[in-house]
Amino acid sequence: MSALRNYLNKVKPNFEEGGKLHAFRSLFDGFETFLYVPNDTAKTGVHIHDAIDSKRIMSMVVIALMPAMLFGMYNVGYQNALAAGTLASTSFCEMFIFGFLAVLPKILVSYIVGLGIEFAWAQWKGEEIQEGFLVSGILIPLIVPVNCPLWILAVAVAFAVIIGKEIFGGTGMNIFNPALLCRAFLFFAYPTKMSGDQVWVANESIFGFGNTLPDGFTMATPLGQVGAGTEVTASLNDMILGFIPGSIGETSVIAIALGAILLLWTGIASWKTMLSVFVGGGLMACCFESLGMTSITWYEHLVLGGFCFGAVFMATDPVTSCRTECGKWIYGFIIGAMAVIIRVMNPGYPEGMMLAILLMNMFAPTIDHFVVERNISKRQKRIKN
Amino acid sequence: MAFIQDFHLRKGLDIRLKGKAEEQKIQLKSNGKYALVPDDFEGVTPKVVVSEGDHVKAGDALFVNKQYPQVRFASPVSGKVTAIERGERRKVLCVRVEADAQQEYVDFGKKEVVTMDGKAVIESLLEAGIFGYINQLPYAVSTNPETMPRAIFVSALRDKPLACDFEYEVKGQEQDFVTGLMALSKIAKTYVGVGKNSTLKSQISNLENVEVNVFNGPCPAGNVGVQVNHVAPVNKGEVVWTIGDPTVVLFIGRLLNTGKLNLTRTIALCGSEVLKPVHADMLVGEELSTLLSNSYDTAHHVRVINGNVLTGRQTSKDGFLGAHSSEITVIPEGDDADEMLGWIMPRFKQFSVNRSYFSWLCGKKEFEADARIKGGERHMIMSGEYDKVLPMDIYAEYLIKAIITGDIDRQEQLGIYEVAPEDFALAEFVDSSKLELQRIVREGLNILRKENA
Repeated sequence: MSALRNYLNKVKPNFEEGGKLHAFRSLFDGFETFLYVPNDTAKTGVHIHDAIDSKRIMSMVVIALMPAMLFGMYNVGYQNALAAGTLASTSFCEMFIFGFLAVLPKILVSYIVGLGIEFAWAQWKGEEIQEGFLVSGILIPLIVPVNCPLWILAVAVAFAVIIGKEIFGGTGMNIFNPALLCRAFLFFAYPTKMSGDQVWVANESIFGFGNTLPDGFTMATPLGQVGAGTEVTASLNDMILGFIPGSIGETSVIAIALGAILLLWTGIASWKTMLSVFVGGGLMACCFESLGMTSITWYEHLVLGGFCFGAVFMATDPVTSCRTECGKWIYGFIIGAMAVIIRVMNPGYPEGMMLAILLMNMFAPTIDHFVVERNISKRQKRIKN
Repeated sequence: MAFIQDFHLRKGLDIRLKGKAEEQKIQLKSNGKYALVPDDFEGVTPKVVVSEGDHVKAGDALFVNKQYPQVRFASPVSGKVTAIERGERRKVLCVRVEADAQQEYVDFGKKEVVTMDGKAVIESLLEAGIFGYINQLPYAVSTNPETMPRAIFVSALRDKPLACDFEYEVKGQEQDFVTGLMALSKIAKTYVGVGKNSTLKSQISNLENVEVNVFNGPCPAGNVGVQVNHVAPVNKGEVVWTIGDPTVVLFIGRLLNTGKLNLTRTIALCGSEVLKPVHADMLVGEELSTLLSNSYDTAHHVRVINGNVLTGRQTSKDGFLGAHSSEITVIPEGDDADEMLGWIMPRFKQFSVNRSYFSWLCGKKEFEADARIKGGERHMIMSGEYDKVLPMDIYAEYLIKAIITGDIDRQEQLGIYEVAPEDFALAEFVDSSKLELQRIVREGLNILRKENA
C-alpha cells in the first residue's frame, strides 16, 4: 500500500505547475483523490470535519443504482429470448451475459464521453474534477432503450454535459438534471430511436449470445400500448418484477425499491420529495381513473414506465430539486401529478415522467423563492412591530 | 421563584470526541511569560499605548481600540513590556509582558453594585480594561460604549465538543457571577441562558432585570447567537450585547467585589492526543507551555487549538491563552493518514452524521477526530445539511449564497444581523461540499460593517 503512495508522491511533481505532464494535472488529481482520502488539513474555521464528502455521496447513489442496472441487463436478455420464443431453452446466465454485452457499450460510451469532457473542462478551468458525472454517467444508459445507437448516445452525453451542466458552472450549479437533459435531447432529436415499438427489445445476437430477431419485429411498452389504445398485455406481477419492455433500468419496481432504501437510509435522497411524487401521481391517476379517462388503474400508473425510476433517482437530485423542506413537498407533488397528466391527456407522449421532472427543475427555484420570501416577510414584519 | 422559560431545541449535533477533561485541577507553575493578543477581540483595530521596557500593573492598558480609544485592554499581570510583535503591514500580533515575581494590581476600588447605575458600571469596565470582552450583535464583534444595547445576553452553557463545563468552573465563585450579572442588568435587561441541569439558575433567577432561560438541546444551544434568536431576534438597527463566554461575567464580578482585575479562568486541557485530560486555572494571556509541557506525545504530529475544535484558533506550545478560550484542545493533525479508497471503505473509526458510515451504530462511542478536511471543496450540492444543525429561523444556504455573491440587500433580508460565524461552525463540520462557512460569514459581516459605518 505504501509503495503505491510513494510512487504517487514520486510522480506528483510532474503534474504540478511547470511539470512536463502538467496538461494531465486534473486527471492525476482525480485518480489520487480516488485512491487516497486527501491529507489536506483545515486552515480556517472548524478543525475537524465530518467524514462525508461528495465522492462518498455520489458513490452511494451509484451503488443504489446497481440493482436496477443488473436487473436491467438480465431483462434485456429475457426480452430477447421471449421475443425469439427461446425462453425455455435459454439459461439465466446466457440471458444475463447477453444483456451485459448489450448494455456495457452504452455505459462505456456514456462514461468515456462524459468524463472525458469533465476532465478536459477541469483542466481548462484549473479546478478539481467534480464527481457529479459519476451518477449521471450511469443514469444515462439506464434511461435509454436498448437499441439506442451508440453514436447518438455520445452526441447526447456531450450535449448534456456541456450545455446542461458545465456552462452553468458545473455540478451544483446546473438547472436541469443532466441525465434527463440527455434523454430529452435524444427524445426530440432522434424520436424514432427513442420511442415507438421497434426500440425496446435487443434484436441482434452478440458473440453468439442471444437471438437475432427478424426485421420488422415490433414490441411496444405497456404505456405505449395504453397510448395507442390497444390492450395492455403485461400482468401486474410482471410490471412490478420488471419483466416488461422499457428503458434499460426503469422496468423493475423491486430493484428500484432496493436503491430507494439505500438512498433514504443514508439520507442522500429526500424522503419528502420521493413520497410526494408518489402521492401526487397516485392522486392524479385516481382522478383520471374515476373519470374514466385512462384504461389502466391508478397503481399501474405508478409502477409502469419511468415513474418509479424518476421518483427515486431523478426527482430527488439535490441540485436540481427544491432546496427548502417545504418546497420539496410541493415540487414532488407537482412532478407526480404532471407526469400522469402528460401520459393521459397528451396523445403524442405515452410517458410523461421525463418532461414533468424537467419542467419542475425549471420551477424549483421559483417554489423556493416563495418559501424563502415568507421567511423574509416575517423578518420585515418584526421590524415594523 | 421567578418565571423560567424553557426552550427545547431539536436541531443540532453533539460530536462525541475522545479526551474529555476530568473534573480535577492541576496546579501550574507560571514561567512569567504573558501576552495579550488583539486578534482575540474580533473587530478591534489595536493602538498600542505602551512601549517596550515600560512597567505596567495588572489592570493597566496595553492597547486600546483605535476607533473607540476609551475601550482599553488591560494587562493581566504586572511586569515589564518586553516586546510588541508586529506582522505584515505592521499589524500588531501581540504585546508581551514579563511578569514580576511580586504582582501589583491597579486598585479600582470596591463597588456596591446595588447603588450603581448603568453608566457607572460601563465606566468601571472601561477603566479596568475589560469592557472589550463584551461582544455585540450585529456583526459579532467586540462592542463599543457609544450605542446602548436593547438587551444583554449571557450564555452560561458551554456545549461545544470537549468544552470546559461552566457549572464546574463557577463552583465557589457564585457570588462573583451574581455580582457580575447584577452589574450588567443595570445597563440593560439581561438574559441568561443555562443548560437543563444547571444548578446556577436558582441563584440568579430572582435578580432584578435578569431573565433566566433554559436551553435544552444539542450543541449549538449554548451559542449566544442561537439564544438571542430564540428569545428575541435582532432586528436591523438594533444592538444587543452578547457574552458567549460566561467567564467574562466572573471577571466583572471579581473586579467590582475586590477592586482588582483578576483574569483567572479555568481551562480544560482536552483532546484525544492529551495523555491526561484535566482542568487547570490560568490567566488570560499566559504562555501555553506551562500547561502543555509533557502533556502529549511530541513524536506525533499534533494540532494545538486555542479553544474548541469548532471555533478555536490553531496555536502552538509557545502560544498564549486566548481571551475567550475555555479549553486547549490537542488533536492529531492527520496529514500523514493516507487512508485508501475513502469513498467506498466502511471506515469504522470515522464520525459522520451520514449513515453511509457506521457511527450511528456505535452508540455513545467517543471518536478520535483529526484535522483533515476529508474531501475536496465543491459547490453547494446537498440541500438541507446546514438547516439540520442550525437551530435558528434562518435559511442558511440562501444566506451563504447571498454572502458569496455579495448581495447586501439580500443578506439583510435573510437575517445576517442575527448570526455570528460560530453559529455556522457545525454546518461547516457536516458540510459535504467542505465550504469554509465561518470564513465566508466573517468576511460578509466585515464588509457589511464597513458599508454601514
